Amino acid sequence: MQTLEFEVGPCANPDRSIGSGLVGVVGSGNLEVLFEPADLNDKVKFVIATSVHGFDETWHAVTRSCAERYRLANLVITINDAGATPAVVSLRLMQAVEEFRGGL
Amino acid sequence: MKMSPDFHWDTLARNTATRLKRGASHANGKVVAAENIAALLHAVIESGDRVCVEGNNQKHADFLASALSKMDANLVHDLHIIQSNLALASHLDVFERGVASRLDFCYSGDQGVRLARLIKAGKINVGAIHTYLELYGRYFMDLTPRVSLIAAQSADANGNLYTGPNTEDTPAVAEGTAFKNGIIIAQVNEIVDTVPRVDVPGDWVSYVVQAPKPHYIEPIFTRDPAQITETQILMAMMVIKGLYAPYQVTRLNHGIGFDTAAIELILPTYAESLGLRGKICNYMTVNPCPTLIPAIESGFVKGIHCAGSELGMEEYVRARPDVFFNGPDGSMRSNRVFCQIAGHYSDLFIGSTLQVDTQGNSSTATLNRITGFGGAPNFGSESRARRHVSYPWLKAGEESAQATGSTMPRGRKLVVQMVESFREKMSPTFTEKLDAWQLMEDLSLELPPVMVYGDDVTQIVTEEGIAHLHKCSNPQEREQAVRGVAGFTAVGLKRDQRAVDNLRDRGVIQRPEDIGVDVSLATRDLLAAKSMKDLVRWSGNLYQPPNRFRNW
Amino acid sequence: MSGAHKSFLERTARQRIADLLDADSFMEFLPPSERHFSPHLPVLGQPVAFDDGIVIGDGFLAGAKVLIAAQEPAFMGGSVGEIHGAKLTGLLERAVQQRPAAVLLLLDTGGVRLHEANAGLIAISEIQRAVFDVRQAGIPVIVLIGGSNGCYGGIGIVAKCCDHMIISEEGRLSVSGPEVIEAAKGVEEFDARDRALVWRTMGGKHRYLMGDADLIVPDDVNAFRDAAISLLGASRPLTLESVMQEHAALQDRMQRFSDCADATQIWQALGVADAKNVPLAEIPEFLEMSAHVRREEHA
Repeated sequence: MQTLEFEVGPCANPDRSIGSGLVGVVGSGNLEVLFEPADLNDKVKFVIATSVHGFDETWHAVTRSCAERYRLANLVITINDAGATPAVVSLRLMQAVEEFRGGL
Repeated sequence: MKMSPDFHWDTLARNTATRLKRGASHANGKVVAAENIAALLHAVIESGDRVCVEGNNQKHADFLASALSKMDANLVHDLHIIQSNLALASHLDVFERGVASRLDFCYSGDQGVRLARLIKAGKINVGAIHTYLELYGRYFMDLTPRVSLIAAQSADANGNLYTGPNTEDTPAVAEGTAFKNGIIIAQVNEIVDTVPRVDVPGDWVSYVVQAPKPHYIEPIFTRDPAQITETQILMAMMVIKGLYAPYQVTRLNHGIGFDTAAIELILPTYAESLGLRGKICNYMTVNPCPTLIPAIESGFVKGIHCAGSELGMEEYVRARPDVFFNGPDGSMRSNRVFCQIAGHYSDLFIGSTLQVDTQGNSSTATLNRITGFGGAPNFGSESRARRHVSYPWLKAGEESAQATGSTMPRGRKLVVQMVESFREKMSPTFTEKLDAWQLMEDLSLELPPVMVYGDDVTQIVTEEGIAHLHKCSNPQEREQAVRGVAGFTAVGLKRDQRAVDNLRDRGVIQRPEDIGVDVSLATRDLLAAKSMKDLVRWSGNLYQPPNRFRNW
Repeated sequence: MSGAHKSFLERTARQRIADLLDADSFMEFLPPSERHFSPHLPVLGQPVAFDDGIVIGDGFLAGAKVLIAAQEPAFMGGSVGEIHGAKLTGLLERAVQQRPAAVLLLLDTGGVRLHEANAGLIAISEIQRAVFDVRQAGIPVIVLIGGSNGCYGGIGIVAKCCDHMIISEEGRLSVSGPEVIEAAKGVEEFDARDRALVWRTMGGKHRYLMGDADLIVPDDVNAFRDAAISLLGASRPLTLESVMQEHAALQDRMQRFSDCADATQIWQALGVADAKNVPLAEIPEFLEMSAHVRREEHA
């Protein structure tokens, strides 16, 4: 298992309505994503546990892209990953944002 | 200078007559008992013969292939095999045992690794690797078979053959062989008084043998809807809204795969909601894939011509004669060559692949194995011999001409590659250099084995969007267009963001939102059928999936 | 055609609970944010799930308070690890205190998680013990089986310790899985890839005809919900007599059908008309075909 922990941001014009919750399941090629609000000066903290090693750059690129697109801020986003492709990761993050938007 | 008067112009006919005389004692008229097959083959096959072993995509003359591979190499050797598909172990045993030494073929799928090994060991001298249409074309040029071993469903005592739904390549093989005085030996599942219909006339056939077991047919075109992912559904939505609709694609070919199955399964739902029934996908060249059932039943697909059949679909196809090509007996007749021709000259091909480089060249070649091309390039290529016009062909042609500044207007076929940027186990689809180059070196090939050339590709579709390569003016633009949809692969991360933004502004790259595709709708709820059981229901219980696909 | 019905099979554990119970009534115990995950999997290079593959909590079913557990089929095959098992045991123990109208167990599992074999096996016995405590307290324990893993292994045994079982046609119940049987007995005895055979032998329709399942429903969450509602308040006595009766019934079954090589022959022996078409019949038709069997055999 490889764990990555890093911060992204701060976001200039953040969406402050995004609440907490879990989406996804840890099946093969899949992942679960946990959103937890936290006071991070408009930054986002990603904690990723993955069974596939050596894709640090990819994870940084995907998460940064999503954080920018959805204007994420003040969230700890924890991911348990079982080999999902960036396509699936992006989809899951989008689903999380849509589900938890307005939760705060 | 004319040939001397003694010159013989009928050597083949004389030689065939001699062989048939030798074979007569091993047959009762045309009918050969299974236990006499070895003796018959030794009687009618001579060293150096060009031999076709049928060798289709799905149907194989397995009994005859096995018998051929067991011949005495001291008596018969140096056979030249001209066969479209090498699928069975016996197809390579015949080389390993020294009965055959030369090979011209199209596809080797599962036998790819062993084939590569035998070539390296000098056991096989490969003439060339072809596509299906090329090899069958050469049956009528310089590679005519002397003896063909074919497979049929049934025969009568006169040698009339019924090949039924799985006719596949048999007509091409039979015609090429029979009309150059060749010898055709057919293995059949049963010998009957009257065949349901005559697919190959008895006049063409020299011998018929009932095989101890029916020839096995692999169900390779069945895709379980339960395995279709959200990403594939997203890409399918983009294909329908971003390609089929604006180009008004009514005639097309789907390469087999889960990606195209996803398209088929959202026609009755997503395409219906866009008002596209009757406007797209009216005519298709493709095997009778079970995932087409909902699209047929809901009135999308009006006509389908098939290269082969698919296990379990026989009764459904029989009950839809206005859609499929069924004979007077009621059962379908597939025909690989005609299906490929129809597909080649249709308006769109779409399929998937394993690797794509930055110019859009794609290959399924992987190291240490030779798989060949099959028929994919016949479908997935520009059809420069085409002259008849249609809306999509003219539109794509116009767009192409604008990009290149060409002064001679012509149409252009839509050739689409549909891939996820990463495959299973985070293996990237996009690469700077195809493995095909390494394979070319390792196996001393003249060319890197490319399945679809980038020059022929009009669009690449990934989860990130659509890249319209035919709208690119030069290789540099094309490279950025590819990188612009290569997602987070190393190839994608190397993109020149300014160049990609510029391409997007010009519509050369389209993201889902540019096409009006709502990503949040890309769920399995969009599938008209989510399971094999759903497909059975859609078919009114006519579809009978093979046991391995059932969960009830 | 499809889309109108909500497939139980397709849904995740969380979605099944959300669609089964009264709207917005579910309250999760030990939610993922508390991070009770397996201590064993990371050591073995396996990713964890923050709920260890089982969702537990309480809610309302047609206004009645229920406790509910749903195994997540996609995580480790729904298998029982240490935390997973402890959550299920804890839920059952809570039931004895809280006295809900029922405990609903949505089982979708291959059984014990081999990565945590010892802990998983111990958990199975703890779960069984807890089930009996719940039943002793007069609270019905209702099992719902309709997922892709079926209900196998030690949890297959647990399922038959409960009061009632609702199964769909796609659901399966057994102890040893098809691959294990083939490996142990050979492919001539049992070909695991012959899925039609697997479902004839272990699937919902066969279980229903044999009386192992009480109700059979189509693959639809609403059908499962209605069936569960109908079983609220219907506890089965857990007495020496009832156990002896069951033993007698099992012995009788062994004797009657010992010569049958395939489930189709059993169904014929039971008097099911057109037994060969049982697998192909939709549920309403199947219920008609099997009505007299249920009446005569399992009243």
